[in-house]
Amino acid sequence: MTLKTEPITINIGPQHPSTHGVFRMRVTFDGETVVDLEPIFGYLHRGSEKLAEERTYTQVVTLTDRMDYVASMTNNQGYILAVEKLTGIEPSPRGVWLRMIAAELQRIASHLVAVGFLIQDLGAWGTPLIYAMREREKILDLFEMLCGARITNSYLRPGGVFMDAPDEFWPALDILLADLPQRIDELDQLLTNNEIIVARTINVAVVEPEAMVNASITGPMLRAGGVDWDLRHRDPYDYYDQVEFERPLHTASDNNARYWVRLQEMRESIKIVKQCIERIEPGPVRPPEVPFLVRPPAGDGYAAVEAPKGELGFYLVSDGGIAPYRCHVRAPSLINLTLLREMLVGGMVADMFVSFGSIDINMGEVDR
Amino acid sequence: MDTFLENSLFRNIYCNLASASENCAARGYGDALLPDGLQWLAFTLTGVAIIGLVVNAILMGVLGFIWFERRVFARFQNRVGPNRWGPFGLLTPVADAIKTMFKEDVAPEDSDRFLYNLAPVLMVVPLLVVFAVIPFGIGTFVADLNVGILFILAVTTMSGLAIVMAAWASGNRLSIFSGLRAVALLISYEIPMALSILGVLMISGSLALGRIVESQNVPFILVQPMGFLVFFLASLAEMNRTPFDLTEAESELAAGYLNDYSSMKFGLFFLAEFMAALAGAAVITTLFLSGWRGWEPVPSQVWFFLKMGGVLFVIIWIRFTWPRLRIDQMLAFAWKGLFELTLVNLTLAAILIAVWPQPTTTQLWMMAAINWPVFFASIWIIGKVMGVRPHQIDRTAMGALYPVATDEPAPASEASEQ
Repeated sequence: MTLKTEPITINIGPQHPSTHGVFRMRVTFDGETVVDLEPIFGYLHRGSEKLAEERTYTQVVTLTDRMDYVASMTNNQGYILAVEKLTGIEPSPRGVWLRMIAAELQRIASHLVAVGFLIQDLGAWGTPLIYAMREREKILDLFEMLCGARITNSYLRPGGVFMDAPDEFWPALDILLADLPQRIDELDQLLTNNEIIVARTINVAVVEPEAMVNASITGPMLRAGGVDWDLRHRDPYDYYDQVEFERPLHTASDNNARYWVRLQEMRESIKIVKQCIERIEPGPVRPPEVPFLVRPPAGDGYAAVEAPKGELGFYLVSDGGIAPYRCHVRAPSLINLTLLREMLVGGMVADMFVSFGSIDINMGEVDR
Repeated sequence: MDTFLENSLFRNIYCNLASASENCAARGYGDALLPDGLQWLAFTLTGVAIIGLVVNAILMGVLGFIWFERRVFARFQNRVGPNRWGPFGLLTPVADAIKTMFKEDVAPEDSDRFLYNLAPVLMVVPLLVVFAVIPFGIGTFVADLNVGILFILAVTTMSGLAIVMAAWASGNRLSIFSGLRAVALLISYEIPMALSILGVLMISGSLALGRIVESQNVPFILVQPMGFLVFFLASLAEMNRTPFDLTEAESELAAGYLNDYSSMKFGLFFLAEFMAALAGAAVITTLFLSGWRGWEPVPSQVWFFLKMGGVLFVIIWIRFTWPRLRIDQMLAFAWKGLFELTLVNLTLAAILIAVWPQPTTTQLWMMAAINWPVFFASIWIIGKVMGVRPHQIDRTAMGALYPVATDEPAPASEASEQ
């Protein structure tokens, strides 16, 4: 005998504890199974791209902070690289090393948030989340030393960074780097082999690597599917061609693989920061000849960085003025969301939020 | 009247109110407050006083438990926890209660008002009633029912009904999910819960909780490890606590059936949640941890609350360290795991009782010695059948893949064609 069940449509979000911001989904359920899903976003749209047309090139840095507010440093980096490409500014080496250190620390912080909230979405009442957030706090303290701000840093400038690191920064960084691997091992031990986490995440929301490439998905999500695409390696920017690191890959392409790849990438980031500390030398943090009011020649430039969430690109068009004529952002969070429907349909209600969290999106970046 | 007077709580109040009873005089009570002929009034007043006493004691216990849970929880998370109101933050739950009371009471327009208002009451009252049959110490109980454990099983079933009522009456679709889950859990976990107690009942030979405590010369957690495990997990599911908090499921259903409740109606649900933990711990203590039994000169009541505190600590520990199971995994766990374990336990207990019909202390120890190997063997077999062991995930493949990607960087021109 087959029971006829009536599908019900539920509106989830924009105010919901697990939608990581103001994301909204109109979901049709059949019992506990998702049969249809329609993502709706735009609730956090602030018109950053349009606002950029009204600001000078340096002022736009503050707007990029507010896109992916969990990873401001890498946003700054992507934008600054685009400006440098547009103007032909040659950055000073110390500035580049400093911004690489900042970007890798930011990657660790962002991945800590992603891993912590994944466990939160599984319903673990915040204990692993707070363990992860505790480590993130230490990194934010270092950012405060670097530039006086913790979240919206605005640390980078065309040609390097705006301020050299204070003397107390380096011992603090050494302490952090000595401590962090143990903390990551601790998270690994607590979470990776946990019976319930394994049961909940293995073989859930599997996406084919071909589908991900076709949807131009990037970042840890793509690498969890076994596709070796990391811009730091494929198209090295800054001095990433001078440091040694490995790219963690996984073939399963499920929620567990995405979690695992992020955990391993934190370890690789620590390696990169250590190499940066060895290579950094005294000098100016930005070339003295670079003016504060950058006035690039007419033309366009595109630069992309490997942000914690994926490939973050900035496309700038200049008409020769002090403000960009057009600024377009290739936001990884938005593009990674395009496979959401394929991931969630056919799954269960409980897995829906875990899979959604495993993409690691940031609504500030999705809506801009 | 004699049976009532065995209850020290009742005796102390009643005999000081009414003097003329020869039963009281025989127990050494002298002059009393009420004149002769008003024994019916004394009887009624005593009943009211005991109800007031017990209900208030439970409410204070809940406040204490909220504080305890929040402090322990904070320690798990490297925090200090509430420490502002009163010494060690002991008054924080009081402040919470006052805040909850002063919230505006809003009800959704589409709600079924009658059921909507009835559900919180139906949630709290059965849990209060549970405490009536629990012996907290020697002669410290409200009623010693001779079917005490059946009474508890019957009464606690109401909480599932209350959740369904709340979910349905709210007229909220997320709440309805929570109601459906509550029914599924109720059906699945009631059976292993009831079956797991049967072993205890066979050994003690009684349904009365007082008699069960008295027969525990060896705590039944040692004699009945399988029964304890199943009962503990099933009661976690019954009280909707992690890892079985599917009805509330904050990260999925926002707050499930609580979505549309506010003010003191929400407060009653909140109260019921913590009261359920207290009631569960009290029942576990009585059935498996030898209740109020302990060593002199510490009073029996203190022993009971110490054991209960231990059980509560374990409940909190589980709640704040484990993620939640999915609904299909939970039902599978009940039907494929716990149910089988109770059947093994029941068979073994029946055989052992057939061999030793009235077990002495030595025979109880022998039962324990037989039970534990069977316990570990069954757990191992069920784990093999059900569990997702890490070795099934190909860890070696992960390790091999990890350094694979070390080929030369692709030419920049090729990669920048975005």
